[in-house]
Amino acid sequence: MLRYLASRLMQGAIVILLVSVGTFSMMHLIPGDPVDLMVGEAQITQEQLDLIRKKWGFDRPIHEQYLAWIGNMARGDFGQSVVRTGVPVRVMIGEAAVVTAKLNLLAFFISIALALPFGIAAAVRRYSGFDYAVMVSSTLGLALPNFWIGLMLIVLFSLLLGWLPPFGLPSWKGYVLPVAVIVANQTALLARMMRASTIEGIGEDYVRTARAKGLAEGVVVSRHVVRNALLPVITVIGYRIAFLLSGTIVIENVFALPGLGQLFIESVNRVDYQVVQAIVLLLSVLVVLGNLITDLVYGYVDPRIRIG
Amino acid sequence: MTQRETAIPEPYRRSEFSRAWRRFKRYRPGLFGMFFILALIVLATIPDLLSPHSHTQIFRGMRGAPPSWSHPLGFDHIGRDMLSRTIWGSRVALIVGLLATGISVVVGVAVGATSGYLGGRVDAALSRVVDTLMAFPILVLLITLSAVLGPSLVTVVVIIGLTGWAQYARVVRADVLSLREREYTLAARAAGAGDARIIFRHILPNVMGPVIVLASLGIGGIIILESALSFLGLGVQPPTASWGGMLSDGRAFILIYPQIAIAPGVMISLTVLAFNLLGDGLRDALDPRQKDASLDG
Repeated sequence: MLRYLASRLMQGAIVILLVSVGTFSMMHLIPGDPVDLMVGEAQITQEQLDLIRKKWGFDRPIHEQYLAWIGNMARGDFGQSVVRTGVPVRVMIGEAAVVTAKLNLLAFFISIALALPFGIAAAVRRYSGFDYAVMVSSTLGLALPNFWIGLMLIVLFSLLLGWLPPFGLPSWKGYVLPVAVIVANQTALLARMMRASTIEGIGEDYVRTARAKGLAEGVVVSRHVVRNALLPVITVIGYRIAFLLSGTIVIENVFALPGLGQLFIESVNRVDYQVVQAIVLLLSVLVVLGNLITDLVYGYVDPRIRIG
Repeated sequence: MTQRETAIPEPYRRSEFSRAWRRFKRYRPGLFGMFFILALIVLATIPDLLSPHSHTQIFRGMRGAPPSWSHPLGFDHIGRDMLSRTIWGSRVALIVGLLATGISVVVGVAVGATSGYLGGRVDAALSRVVDTLMAFPILVLLITLSAVLGPSLVTVVVIIGLTGWAQYARVVRADVLSLREREYTLAARAAGAGDARIIFRHILPNVMGPVIVLASLGIGGIIILESALSFLGLGVQPPTASWGGMLSDGRAFILIYPQIAIAPGVMISLTVLAFNLLGDGLRDALDPRQKDASLDG
């Protein structure tokens, strides 16, 4: 286990390094220079331009800029917005992340609570009407683009019925529609996985053995089938948690929620590249850490993984 | 008790293809998917002949007008015929879906096979690249790249294709790792076959089934990604009709002309559904190992 731990940690560190280099180089593909964008049409002398460049460090060689940036990021100093001058990027990200996290955590718990029982029940009663209904709705849940479901919910609940606000967060009601959309998608995916994994479990030899030794069907399912079938599903849940803050960019855009996705899109459109850089790096590092933790937990629970 | 299907007796030897086709035909939703996609390909190839109006023609005084006999889907927010734009939109969806997937499959299979077959340091290095690509949340990466490179049809195809290969590499690598140790591979090696022969004759043919299945299931996801990018204004640029872009107009005018948002969304959903069902059917036909889990209604 220790060896496995060390090698996974090492891999994680390398990936984070590669991610940071990737992010930094991507941002430097932007044509034009952020100072020109900042200055815009303002009358300004070359001297002043140079001064601004110096202040932001754009006059230094590229590898020094990278090292300075990565050093600052590691210390939690995400820099300042080029557009909204004076506001630390960390504050902007912090405020937005709260909205996104609330939205996603809520949706996440609801979909787990729905998906696992539905998936198991569908698998146990395979080919029944219930199974059929679960499969059809999860097939639809995966095929319909979530932002379109969002638009249709706005038409139904805001425009026609007038029950819920279409955009923004005037009150807690603003969370209802976006959460519903995310739940629809996540539940479809998880229920399908849980069903497939349970069906696979039911076919295993040890299940036949358990039945042969006379265990009640309920005990066979809960102890022998579900416990093993949960493993791959929990892994997927772990990987999804890693994308918790980054999976709802389009949904936030549909409902105009002031979350991280919205901040990201706005910053991209305004070429506010300190903010974009910080968000991309932060989200990717979260994914690496999330996957790492999932792998370690999985390796701890299931010894077969460690040997690979 | 799980239901076992009765084996169909095969009186004479059939080709691999015709056996797969027989298995595929049995899954009705897969057939539906195939026919829908064929129809869509026709639409996307000759939209100028099939759509009643030009997709850019503006009808004066018809902003957001509701459906009528001559314009069954009504008009968009600047008075263009929705039916014609919806038909033209199929072109962008299919071009991006098929080309980007093609790029991903080629790169992914090459990287995965190299990684799995050679092992050692090459594998370790390639695996870190794959991990890195997978660490970027895909839409975040695509949005950034599209903004940086300048959004266009070509940009969208290339960035989706070049960032989406990691999953193929991962699957192919894992398969190659296990196929490399199979008896028949060892037998081939013992018989004196070289690396190239083993890879191309004994390993890749066995990998292609899962890859084709994964690709057909992946096209739907890519069409959703493309429409999400266009929805955010970072995909194909107006006035070219794309379903995502039309949904973006639909959102902007959702409280005034809600009908704009309906048709393109239905088309995206049906198209993605068709590719997913086709993928399920192909999985039954080509990848019998996973068959049990997908035998459903």
